[in-house]
Amino acid sequence: MDQLFVTLKHWLADFAAPGWQPIFSALLSIAAIIGTFASLFALTTLLERKGLGRMQNRYGPNRVGPCGLLQPLADGVKSLTKEDLVPAAADRWVFFMAPLTLVVPAFLALAVLPVGRNMTAVDLDSGVLFFFAVGAASEVAVFMAGWSSRNKYSLLGAMRAIAQMVSYEVPLILSAVPVVMMTGSLSTDAIVAAQAGYACGLPNWYVLTPWGLAGFLLFLIAAMAECNRSPFDLPEGESEIIAGYYVEYSGFKFALFFLGEYIGMFAVSGLAVTLFLGGWQAPFAFLTWLPSYAWFFGKLLALIALFIWVRGTLPRLRMDQLMNLAWKFMLPMALLNIAVAGLWYFTGPGWARWLTCSLVVGGAYLVLGRALLSGAHLGPRAYRYAE
Amino acid sequence: MTFPALTFALLAAVILSAAAAVMMFRNLVHSALVLAVALSGLAALYLQLHAQFVGFAQLLVYVGAVAILIVFAILLTRGNEPSDQVIFSPGRWVGAGIALAVFGVLARVILTSRLLAGSAPPAPAAAVKEIGQRMMERYVLPLEVMGLLLTVALIGAVVLALRERPSG
Repeated sequence: MDQLFVTLKHWLADFAAPGWQPIFSALLSIAAIIGTFASLFALTTLLERKGLGRMQNRYGPNRVGPCGLLQPLADGVKSLTKEDLVPAAADRWVFFMAPLTLVVPAFLALAVLPVGRNMTAVDLDSGVLFFFAVGAASEVAVFMAGWSSRNKYSLLGAMRAIAQMVSYEVPLILSAVPVVMMTGSLSTDAIVAAQAGYACGLPNWYVLTPWGLAGFLLFLIAAMAECNRSPFDLPEGESEIIAGYYVEYSGFKFALFFLGEYIGMFAVSGLAVTLFLGGWQAPFAFLTWLPSYAWFFGKLLALIALFIWVRGTLPRLRMDQLMNLAWKFMLPMALLNIAVAGLWYFTGPGWARWLTCSLVVGGAYLVLGRALLSGAHLGPRAYRYAE
Repeated sequence: MTFPALTFALLAAVILSAAAAVMMFRNLVHSALVLAVALSGLAALYLQLHAQFVGFAQLLVYVGAVAILIVFAILLTRGNEPSDQVIFSPGRWVGAGIALAVFGVLARVILTSRLLAGSAPPAPAAAVKEIGQRMMERYVLPLEVMGLLLTVALIGAVVLALRERPSG
């Protein structure tokens, strides 16, 4: 049961001509990734609208199909049949390329995620680096969309988005560094393998250590900002700049932007699961009979539910709060976390390292948090421009 | 034609045409975007040479940071964009001449290099680990000096941009 899809793939790959087997096998992996995550996207849009509806005391979609289950299908048909508008002043080629530049890297990033035992599409020696490298292309895509629309709101949204993504990419990568240090490898498979086994009935996941917990929370916050999710949705704030960089997009190109954002969210949540939550490993020894991919997707869906919950709960940040959080709190915290991971490694097993590392992380959290809040004046904002 | 040779030819064609377009486009933002294409092509070339770390670092640094930086610099410093009547800039032949001259010098230097005489070294195993150890042991001083230099540049940029006003 655990190796069902792996066996299926090998069985299918045997039908190909001898020389073509590697290529055919790769194509099968690609088809599986696109099919699985695209249907997960359809499911998530529905779950998100339903969940937000519950939190806001309304029903959410409930007209199409039983309990609104066919709503994603209806949305898809709608976006395909809508008119594809291109502004007269737009830069046609760049305008056309922008959604593609967003979607393709998002799917590429999924290739290194181990979704189950022996189920990594490509096991790269530097898989984590590959993930961040292809993610870098999304900034270019956002700029292309905002600039080519020749619309002030688009350009403003793109500027906001890039400023936010560049700022939060630093803590995102730095919070992943302790995991790489502990594992001694950039390969996602090796990272999952390093978190195998159980101690005192609890799994050896990195999230259950002081530096791992701090890293996981920092990673999650930075990931929310990277995906432009609420409360970090300034780049597309509907009430401020309409919809930011994709104001001018309609029909299927708009759907592609939507798809790209959700796939990006799945990818970064999947990396969080891989780095901190033990990947496809079961949380308890007596639950290992469940197939590994069920655990991966269960954890992924739990993280996505958390994202939806946060979106329904928190108000949007202001620009100065956004930048202060990134540079004055998350960056020092992430840098300190790297040092704490080193301390953890060199102290050796025992209760002493638990105590010292927890004290350092907790103390830094208190000091930095106080410092961030003491400077925060909640009145009108004082503007100051670079000359 | 073998498979590696085919991919090399394709990549070279993409890189060369993108690089030519960088010189010839009239709109600077177009040039910057095509430059990002050329740099990604280079990253693919590194990957073909089994230099995973270098290839991904190239993508992360050049496409993710440098291309964005160039685009921002263009947007913040230029008041009016040229009209889009002509796609290619008129000075393209001069640019092509300079590029050919640089290419000639580089090609001559590479072809006369002593490194070409020896046989190709075997592909290193566990390359990322190797690079990390070399950086932290053999090349730790250059690494630190570079870090210091970048920090100085960063602080300098902040000092230049954020001039204190005489009265608040």
